[in-house]
Amino acid sequence: MPIHEKNLIRPENISTHDNLVMDGVDVSGDWSTFIKTRVVADYNEELQDEIAALPGGEYIHRCWQCGSCTNSCTINAINPDFNPRYWIYLIRMGFESELVRDKDLIWQCVSCNKCTSACPRDVVPEAVMKATAHWLERKGYTKKSSSTVFDEVFSEQVIERGKIEDGEVVMSFFNRTGQKLTQPWLIEMVKRMIKGLPVQMLTMMGLATVFKPKTRNWGPARDAINDYIEEQEALLDEKLGPSVPYKAPEPAPTQIPAE
Amino acid sequence: MSETKKYKKVAYYPGCALEGTAHAYNRSTKALGKELGLELDEVDNWNCCGAMEVKNIDPKIQTYLSSRVMSIAANDMGHDVVMAPCNGCYHNLKKAEYDLSHDEKSKQVVEKLSAKAGHETYKAGQIETIHALDWIKDAIGEEGLKERVKKSLSGMKIANYYGCMYTRPRHIFPEKDQGPGSESTTQPHFMDDLLEAAGAENVDFPLKTACCGGAHTLSDSDTSTKLVLNIIEAAEASGAEVIATECPTCHSGLEMHQIRAEKVLGRKTNVKIVYFTQLLGLAMGLSPRKVGIQENISDSIGLLKEKGLT
Repeated sequence: MPIHEKNLIRPENISTHDNLVMDGVDVSGDWSTFIKTRVVADYNEELQDEIAALPGGEYIHRCWQCGSCTNSCTINAINPDFNPRYWIYLIRMGFESELVRDKDLIWQCVSCNKCTSACPRDVVPEAVMKATAHWLERKGYTKKSSSTVFDEVFSEQVIERGKIEDGEVVMSFFNRTGQKLTQPWLIEMVKRMIKGLPVQMLTMMGLATVFKPKTRNWGPARDAINDYIEEQEALLDEKLGPSVPYKAPEPAPTQIPAE
Repeated sequence: MSETKKYKKVAYYPGCALEGTAHAYNRSTKALGKELGLELDEVDNWNCCGAMEVKNIDPKIQTYLSSRVMSIAANDMGHDVVMAPCNGCYHNLKKAEYDLSHDEKSKQVVEKLSAKAGHETYKAGQIETIHALDWIKDAIGEEGLKERVKKSLSGMKIANYYGCMYTRPRHIFPEKDQGPGSESTTQPHFMDDLLEAAGAENVDFPLKTACCGGAHTLSDSDTSTKLVLNIIEAAEASGAEVIATECPTCHSGLEMHQIRAEKVLGRKTNVKIVYFTQLLGLAMGLSPRKVGIQENISDSIGLLKEKGLT
C-alpha cells in the first residue's frame, strides 16, 4: 500500500467522539482524534496510458518525481494546492479518485513553461497538465473549463479562416461562457483604448469585424487539418472510449425523507 | 564591429495580434525598420501560428501551422531568415523547428498535411527564426544605435519585461545560453542592451521572465490580475516609470489587468506600458504618432513630454 501524502489528514477521514471508551480507557474528545483506516481499491491501472494517449501527455512515463515542475510553477506560487508533480504521481500510480478531487484546479495551468524548462527528464509537464485537464473533461468528471472554451473558440477560427480577429474571439468567448460584456473594468478599458485613437484607426478596427481577416486559398489546409482532427478523434475513441458528457450533480434534496 | 550585413533584409511575419490589438507594435516595428534602413518583406498570405490555444487541441496542428509560414518564407520567397516580433509567433516557429528536427511523428504529420494542403513541406533547417530583438541587435547593434540616437531616452527609468515565450522552454532556443554575446534564458538582456544604447536607465527588475497569465487573460481573469499586479508593483518598487515590452500578449495583458486591478481590487498603479520598438523609434527621432503611442491603452504621452521625447 503506498503511503499517501494528503488524504490521511483530510477532515472527512478524521473522527472525534464525545464519549468513547476502548479497553477501559476513555478516549473521548479531541486528544483522541482518530484517523480512519483507508483502503484503496479503485486503482485505474490504465490511467497513465490514458493520459499518454491524449495530445501532450506522451512523455509522462519519464517522470522521476524530482519536483522541479512544482518548484518552478507560476500557479503553485499563488495556490499551493496546484501541484503538477503530485498529479503526475497520482496518474502514474493509477490513483484516479484522488486525481478527480482536483478536477477544477488542473486546467488553471497558464502555460508559462517554467516546468518544461526546468524538467530534467523532458516530461513536458505543461502539456501533461493540458492532457490531464482534457482527460477529466472527456471522462465527464467536470464541465469544459473556460480555458477549453477559449481554446475551442480560437482554434475554430484559425482552422476555418487561417487567421483570427481579436474582437470576434473575445465576443464569442464571452457569449459561450455566458459572461456579460458590460463589466466595469472592460468598459473602462475600451474607453481608454478609443481615447486618442484617430478616426482612421477606429474605422479600420470596425472594418475588421465585418470583413474578417483570412488567409487566401486556405480551403485545402482547412480540409487537411479537419481530416487530421477527425482521424485523431477516432483513434482516441478507440483507446479511451467515447467522450462522456458532463452531468451537473443533482441538487441535494431539501427534506430528508423519514426512514 | 558596429555594422554587420546580417539581417538587413528579412522575411517579416507580423501575426494576427499585430493586425489587431497590437497594431502599435506592428506600426512601430515597421517605422523603426524603415528609419534604420532595414527591409521587411512580409510573408505572403501567412496564417495564424496557433498562439497558445491550438496546441491545446493538438500540438502537431500547431507545428503544421508554423511550418506553413516557414515554408512560404523559405520555398516561395527564398528567404533564409524570418523575423517575428510577437513572442507567440516567434516561440511557435522555434518550437516547430525543434519538433521537426527531433520528433519523427511531428514530421510525418506536417508532411501529410502539407501534401494535402498543396504546398511544399517545410524541412528543418531551411530558415532561421529570429525575434525583433535579435533583428535590431544583430543588424544595427548597440554601437550603431548610439550613432543614430536623435532624442536620448536619458532619465527614463525602464523595467524590461520579456515574459515567458521568448526564453522558455530553453531547449527550443539552441542559440541562447551560449556564453558572452548570446541571449540568456534565465536573465535575458537584449532589450536592456538596446534601450541602454538609446540612453535609457534600466532598473534592476527581478521579474523579467515572470508570467503575466496571458494564456488565461480572459478565461481566468482573477489569476491574471494577480500575476500582472505582481509584475507591475515589482517594477514600480524597482523605481521604473516604464515597463518596456516585446510581446503583444504581455503588453495587452499588462494594460488590461492594470485597469482591472484598479477597478476590481482598488489597486492603482502608474507605470506606463510601452513597446520597446516604440521607445527605440522615439529615440531615433520618430514622432509619438509614427510609433503608435496613441494606440496604446496605457497613456504615456504625459511622461514622454516630460522627458522631451515628443
